[in-house]
Amino acid sequence: MNLNYGSEYDSFRKEVKDFCKEWKGINFKDQAKIPIAQNHESYGATLTRSEWQSILIEKGYFARSVPKEYGGFGGESDVIKNRIIASEFASEKIPPAMGGQGIDMLVPTLLELGTEEQKMQYIKPTLHGEMIWCQGYSEPNAGSDLASLQTKGELINDNWVINGQKIWTSTAQYSQMMFCLVRTEPEAQKHAGISYLLIPMETPGLEVRPLVDMTLKAGFNEVFFTDVTIPKENIVGKRGEGWAVANATLGHERGSLANPNAMMNRLNELISRMKEENIDGVRLIDIPVYRDKLITIQSKVTAFQSNSLRVLSSKLNKNQDSKLAGMIQKLVGTELRHELEGFAVDIMGEMGTLYEDSPHLRDGGSWQFLYMYYLGLIIGGGTSQIQKNIISERGLGMPREPKVQGV
Amino acid sequence: MYFGLSEDQKFFQENVSKFLDDQCGLDCIRTITEDSQSNLQEHIQNGLVNLGINSLLIPEEYGGLGLDMLFTAAVSQSLGGGVAPFSFTGPYVMAPIAIVYGGSEGQKEKYLKGMSQNTIRMGVGFSEYIGARDGAEIKIKNNKVSGKALFVLDAKNSTHLMLSNKEGVIGIVTSDADGVDIIDLTAVDKTRNFSEIYLNNVDIDVLGLTQENNHAITKSIDAGRISIAADSLGASQRLIDKAVEYSKERKQFGRVIGSFQAVKHMCAEMVSDLEPCYSLVWHAAHCFTYMQEESRLMSCHAKSHLSEVSKLISKKATEVHGGMGFTDLMGVHYWFKRIGVNRHILGAPELVREEAAKIQNF
Repeated sequence: MNLNYGSEYDSFRKEVKDFCKEWKGINFKDQAKIPIAQNHESYGATLTRSEWQSILIEKGYFARSVPKEYGGFGGESDVIKNRIIASEFASEKIPPAMGGQGIDMLVPTLLELGTEEQKMQYIKPTLHGEMIWCQGYSEPNAGSDLASLQTKGELINDNWVINGQKIWTSTAQYSQMMFCLVRTEPEAQKHAGISYLLIPMETPGLEVRPLVDMTLKAGFNEVFFTDVTIPKENIVGKRGEGWAVANATLGHERGSLANPNAMMNRLNELISRMKEENIDGVRLIDIPVYRDKLITIQSKVTAFQSNSLRVLSSKLNKNQDSKLAGMIQKLVGTELRHELEGFAVDIMGEMGTLYEDSPHLRDGGSWQFLYMYYLGLIIGGGTSQIQKNIISERGLGMPREPKVQGV
Repeated sequence: MYFGLSEDQKFFQENVSKFLDDQCGLDCIRTITEDSQSNLQEHIQNGLVNLGINSLLIPEEYGGLGLDMLFTAAVSQSLGGGVAPFSFTGPYVMAPIAIVYGGSEGQKEKYLKGMSQNTIRMGVGFSEYIGARDGAEIKIKNNKVSGKALFVLDAKNSTHLMLSNKEGVIGIVTSDADGVDIIDLTAVDKTRNFSEIYLNNVDIDVLGLTQENNHAITKSIDAGRISIAADSLGASQRLIDKAVEYSKERKQFGRVIGSFQAVKHMCAEMVSDLEPCYSLVWHAAHCFTYMQEESRLMSCHAKSHLSEVSKLISKKATEVHGGMGFTDLMGVHYWFKRIGVNRHILGAPELVREEAAKIQNF
C-alpha cells in the first residue's frame, strides 16, 4: 500500500489549489444547461459557461487527453491528475467542467470509433459547451430491454429517413444534436439491426416535448420523429454496428454518476447542518438516534471513497484485479447518495420537506431536490435491478434468466 | 500510488488459506468444536505458528517479523475465511501492540521475545475498558490485582493473561498463578474460546506507560478491531462464494436456482455491500501504521461497518442455501456464528459508532 501520488504531483496539486483560490466564488451569466449536482457560492468573477470550459481546457483541467486538433488540451491521460482536480475543485466548491452526454459519452465514442471528419466537426464545439448533445436511446417500449428499440431508419436516396419515438431524453430542449440508436436492419437479429446516427435537432419532422419530472424540473423530454431526413454519412461505425458503438459509451456513463469526493463534501455539509439545527434546543448531532445514523452513513461513504481509490489504483497498476469493485460503483454510489440526501431531509423533519421558495427553506431546498434527483439516477443509466443482473452475470458468472418462449 | 495488498502480503495470505484448506476442512472444525478431548486444535495451532503467524507484529529486535497492520489484516481475512479454530486477535495482535506501546524495555524483552518463540501465549481481557456488564471490574493496586474480567479472549490455552482496568491501565499475570480462576464461557461460535476470570490478590506486572496515558490500550483496541473486521471480511467472502457456488448446482423448477433473479440479486447485493469493505479495512490497517491522526476513526469505521455488512451477508448467504443452509450438515452456520460473535468483540457497532462520534468531537 502506498497512498502517495509522488512528488511530481505535489506541485500539480499546488497549482490547482492556486487556481481554485483565484476562481473561488465564480458566477455565471447563463444557466447551466446540464444539471450540476453541486452547490457553489455565487459571487466573484462572472463569465459564461462556455468561457469557463475554455479556461479549464487551456489549463488542462478538462479534456486533458483529447488531442489539440480536436479542441482538447492534448496531454497524456493521467488519472491521478484528474483525481487531484476533482478533489480540489470539490473541496473549494469550484464548479467542475460541464459534463453531460455529449462530453461524457459522445466525445469518447467519437475518439474511439468516429471518422476523422466527425472528430473534426463535432468534438471541439462539444468540449467548449457550444454544441449540446442529447442521447436518443430509450423508447416507451424499450427501457431496460434497450435492444428491442423500434425507431426505424431507412436509407432512401442517400439519406436516412427516421420515424418513431424516443423518451427520457435529457436536455433535448437545449440540444443542437442527438446521438441516436435506430433500427436500420429490420431483418437482422435484435442486437444486429441497430445503427448509431447523429441527428441535428433542427431537422424538420423532429419534435421535442418536455417531460416534467418529480423535482418539477423538465429534465427529460419525449422526442418524436416524422420522416426526419439526415445525410447518409451521419453514422458512427457501420450499419448494424450501433449496439457495439452504444455499449462503448454506456460504460462511460455508468462510471460518472456517483462521485465519492462530492459525496464526502456533501456529508460534511450535513454534519455542519446537524450542528446548527436543533429540536427543543438540543442540537441534532446530540440526539443519539440521529448521531448513530450519521456515523453509519459516514462509514459507508468512507468505504465507498476507499473503494474508488482501489479502482483508481487498478488503472495505474495493470496487475491489480478490481473488476467487482468497479462494477458496483453505479449501484452503490447512487443508492448511497440517495440515502444520504434522504437522511438529511429526515433529520430536518417538516423543514426538510420545504421546497422552491418557501419560507424557512434550508440550503435552497437542495436536500429535498437531490433526494429526488438521485432517485432518478438510481433508475437512469441502467436501473439498480439491471446493475444487479450485470454484477451477478458478468461478475459472478451466474446464468442468465432463460428466454421465455414466444416473446 | 498503489492501493491494495502487496505481492508479499498476498503470498502470505494464500499460504494461510492453503494450510487451512488442506488441514482444517469442515470435518476438522466439527471435531475441534464438538470434542474437547481432541488434539486436532493443537495440530492446527502448531501449523499456523510454523507459518510465523505468532510474530507478525513483533519487532525484529525481539525476534519477530516486524510487519505492519495491513499484513496482519490480510492474515485475519484468511483466518475468517477458513473459520480457523485459532485465536489470533487477542494473543498475536492486541497483546504485542499493547506491549510495544505500553511496555518498558525489560517487559518488551521478556514478553515479546517469549511470544515470538511461542513460549508465551496471552489471553486478553479488555472488555471492561469498553463497557462492563454483569458488574465485572478489576482493581490494580500495589502490583496486585483482584476482581472479575469477562469475555477474555483466548485465556484457555494461555500462559499469561493481559488485563485492563476501567482506566486503561494494563498488566500481565501468569495464568496458573494462585488466585487465578478461569471459567469457560460457551458462545455460539466455538472456533475460538472466551472466558470469565476471577482474580484474588494476584501478582500483576503493570505496563509502565499505561499508568501515564491510554495510548497503549487505544492502539491495542484499534488493532484488535481492524483484525476482527478483517476476520469478518474473510468470513463474508467465503459465505458469498459458497452461496454462489451452491446456486449454480441446486436445481428447482427445472433450472439452477442461480438463474432466478431473486437469487441473483441477493448475491449481487452481498457483493455490492462487501466489495467496498476490502478497501475500508485495508485503508484502516494502513492508517494504523502510517497515518496516526486518522487511525482511530478509521478503525472504528472498519469495525462497525464490517459488523453490519457481515451480519447481512451471513443471513442472505444462509438463505440462498435454503433449508440446507439451516442444517448442521452444510456447516454454513460456522461462518454465521463466527460473524455473530465478531460483531460484539471489542464493542458492538452502536457502541463503536458512538466512539467514532466522540473522536470527531461531535
